[in-house]
Amino acid sequence: MKRHFRVWRGDASGGELRDFDVEVNEGEVVLDIIHRLQATQAPDLACRWNCKAGKCGSCSMEINGMPRLGCMTRMSTFTEDETITVTPIRTFPVIRDLVTDVSFNYEKARETPAFAPPPGVAPGDYRMRQVDVERSQEFRKCIECFLCQNTCHVIRDHDENKPAFSGPRFFIRAAELDMHPLDDRADRKEYAQASQGLGYCNITKCCTEVCPEHIKITDNAIIPMKERVVDRRYDPLVWLGRKIFRRDELESASAKPSSAHPSAPHPPTANPSAANPPTVNPPMSSARLPQTAPVGPDGHMDIAELVAPQQGGLSPFGEDIEFPLPPEQISYHHPDPDKSPDH
Amino acid sequence: MSTAIERHRYDVVVIGAGGAGLRAAIEARLAGKRTAIISKSLFGKAHTVMAEGGAAAAMGNVNSNDNWMVHFRDTMRGGKFLNNFRMAELHAKEAPERIWELETYGALFDRTKDGKISQRNFGGHEYPRLAHVGDRTGLELIRTLQQKIVSLQQEDFAETGSYDSRIRVFQETTITELMLDGDRVAGAFGYYRESGEFLLFEAPAVVLATGGVGRSYKVTSNSWEYTGDGHALALRSGATLINMEFLQFHPTGMVWPPSVKGILVTESVRGDGGVLRNSEGKRFMFDYVPDVFRKQYAETEEEGDRWYDDPDNNRRPPELLPRDEVARAINSEVKAGRGSPAGGVFLDVSTRLPAEQIIKRLPSMHHQFKELADVDITKEPMEVGPTCHYVMGGVEVDPDTGAAFGTVQGLFAAGEVSGGMHGSNRLGGNSLSDLLVFGKRAGEHAAAYVDTLGVRPKPAKIDVAAAAEVALAPLARAGGENPYTLQQDLQAVMGDLVGIIRRAGELTDALKRLQELKARVANVSADGGRLYNPGWHLALDLRNMLVVSECTAKAALEREESRGGHTREDFPKMSPEWRRVNLVCSLDEAGEVHLERKPVPRMRAELIDLFDRSELAKYMTDEELAEVEAE
Repeated sequence: MKRHFRVWRGDASGGELRDFDVEVNEGEVVLDIIHRLQATQAPDLACRWNCKAGKCGSCSMEINGMPRLGCMTRMSTFTEDETITVTPIRTFPVIRDLVTDVSFNYEKARETPAFAPPPGVAPGDYRMRQVDVERSQEFRKCIECFLCQNTCHVIRDHDENKPAFSGPRFFIRAAELDMHPLDDRADRKEYAQASQGLGYCNITKCCTEVCPEHIKITDNAIIPMKERVVDRRYDPLVWLGRKIFRRDELESASAKPSSAHPSAPHPPTANPSAANPPTVNPPMSSARLPQTAPVGPDGHMDIAELVAPQQGGLSPFGEDIEFPLPPEQISYHHPDPDKSPDH
Repeated sequence: MSTAIERHRYDVVVIGAGGAGLRAAIEARLAGKRTAIISKSLFGKAHTVMAEGGAAAAMGNVNSNDNWMVHFRDTMRGGKFLNNFRMAELHAKEAPERIWELETYGALFDRTKDGKISQRNFGGHEYPRLAHVGDRTGLELIRTLQQKIVSLQQEDFAETGSYDSRIRVFQETTITELMLDGDRVAGAFGYYRESGEFLLFEAPAVVLATGGVGRSYKVTSNSWEYTGDGHALALRSGATLINMEFLQFHPTGMVWPPSVKGILVTESVRGDGGVLRNSEGKRFMFDYVPDVFRKQYAETEEEGDRWYDDPDNNRRPPELLPRDEVARAINSEVKAGRGSPAGGVFLDVSTRLPAEQIIKRLPSMHHQFKELADVDITKEPMEVGPTCHYVMGGVEVDPDTGAAFGTVQGLFAAGEVSGGMHGSNRLGGNSLSDLLVFGKRAGEHAAAYVDTLGVRPKPAKIDVAAAAEVALAPLARAGGENPYTLQQDLQAVMGDLVGIIRRAGELTDALKRLQELKARVANVSADGGRLYNPGWHLALDLRNMLVVSECTAKAALEREESRGGHTREDFPKMSPEWRRVNLVCSLDEAGEVHLERKPVPRMRAELIDLFDRSELAKYMTDEELAEVEAE
């Protein structure tokens, strides 16, 4: 039966969606239809592909606004009268039709320091435990389809952020090397923060959502990397905390569970939670969990601007906070003159 | 139309960016040579990623009895003794070092309990021998080599301020012609796929690592890049191809739905109870048990079914006959008109086992078909047929250096594009280690060859102009044939007439049709411009596919026996006389394929001693056996 397709055709100078009516057979995927268009109606329609089995990550495209692999998007997932719109991935400059210039990713790959072999260990003498290699192996499943890079709001429609931001693909590369049992460099996380722009990431999990290999990019790579660098480097969550607390209060707040105020120790009791007095300080803003992703009723998040309620990334402070904050909500405390400054 | 040509000077140009190409490039760069890597796709997208099983290397991590001699023996048996023994020997000896080396580049293989590289069992290997990373070993290999190249570029950047100063990757670039200066390689001519602009590499040494030829077949597990470019470039520059008749077909590749056409269905589906049925619903394998196997295989469905639970007191069901027998049976059923709608037969496990058992025993099969094709193998039968998987034949090379034979100098080949290593049939797992062992050797010897040259060979202007003209011809020509139609016709000829089961009449017919196609391909035309135009790219690839297909058909007609990846219905037996013969193709002055017979090199005595005499008797002529005895 014939199905209606709209495929973006053009080059760097511009282009448009073209309409095609094309035969679709049972069991086909979008890439099959692109191939049929090439063979029958548009022999010069440009599209990357290789393995056609979801293993090489070449056929990245946007199908009805969703970043997908053409070979992994079955035609049976669309209703019969649905028009299927195929566009090139948007974050990278178009070369022609569905082919984009992804050299950004190869430049960032070059800038990411390579594996540093442990000195003095001969080839053949590497010994690692399976549980230890598995953490890095998750990230080595990456097929470099760059859908995560494409969907990331930091650089999607924000070319100005590209020089400073490496993107999820290279955060997992940094995390992979950080977790590699024998990598000889100890500064992977600092590097991610200082040179890869990890701080730009506001954990919207869009990258995880689109990953065809189901790598938990945010939970297993980005958040652990952020946690470990959080008190050393710029991060909006910490930055806000720094703005509204004095250093001594920050430190005491983080040490609270043990004994925050040695001058007024709590009496030891059988039930420690009951012993905690109602806190007088407002909760630390840096202690607040990051905003969770705004998932829809299906448990999935809208990832494309076409269907998202707003443009651009989410605010790291939560969508319900407006700046400037009303003064009565700012938890600023004047220095206590009775407290010794060297405390 | 601009005919400006971008020029580059390199010491070594590596064509192909799969495992063999990247490993060769690393070695050439480590030898201090300015190296270019040409990749038809993006960097890191090579077909090597499809390799799932692992890389065979006798490290002895799981069974300490394993060593290079056992591996060598397995490889020779797998190839039915037609392998180049020296290649099989080097491969078995050097594979462990090459695997260990990958760990120093950052590879993370699965581990044994004591922290070594884990090794798994695989068909034809006596001991657990395949280093693996789940079922994505090929991806790990490519990513590791890719990242090693980046790390070398980082070293160069620190030293020279340019990442590209010593090793540069030309992505999405296709080479259409090698340049010669007399008999010496002088460079390579090609185009950027993105822009369609031409480029010329002036280089005294070229390493071919372009992979296989599967795209000439209707049903194949290979990607679009597998158009036999390296084979054709070698032929046109005066090198020779060896044993091109040997293609590995897997009997059960998916033929339906189209989204998974060609993808392999592992043999364990049949081992776990899957049965083959034709369109009449008949379990036809019982009609195809050859006499030699009659005693080992069940005669009734009831007996065959009892075997799964009680293998000691029952005979195996005939679905478990060797690969070529199963493929032959499927082929016969389809040709007799009892095939499935898509031209295969039905492989059914859904009515044989409860769904939860299938999911437990075949998790990746179940997942793969669910995700890629929405086929639930627990609910419906699969449609399967033979799929083209790997070419054992290829560029005839010196086993130690990878240098191509024939009249050309400065040409090297490694990986699937080279021939000899696997004989008539490749063992699973031997291709990944083949890439590493011979990739390294080719890179090393290409670099050494450059050092022996006094004067750099220079490409002739007239050759460059001719190459540009040939490349532009399909665009300039109006009203010629559509390249996609031509490719389909070529695939039909090769798939139907030079497929898994071959007959003299069909092969003769195929050669005639290939000649007709040759005339049509000479008149192909491509619409559109030079900017990323896949129709134009295919039009240029077609002439490579055609010449390589002709070599395969000619050699298949010549070799009157059945061995490994070459099955002749009219000559069903393996012949010791034919084991002594390599079939070598070359191009003559007029561009016609010329075929000749050459003797297979004789194995050294200490290697022959690794085999029992009774085993040798299966492969060798009485005369050869007498000579072995005399030694």
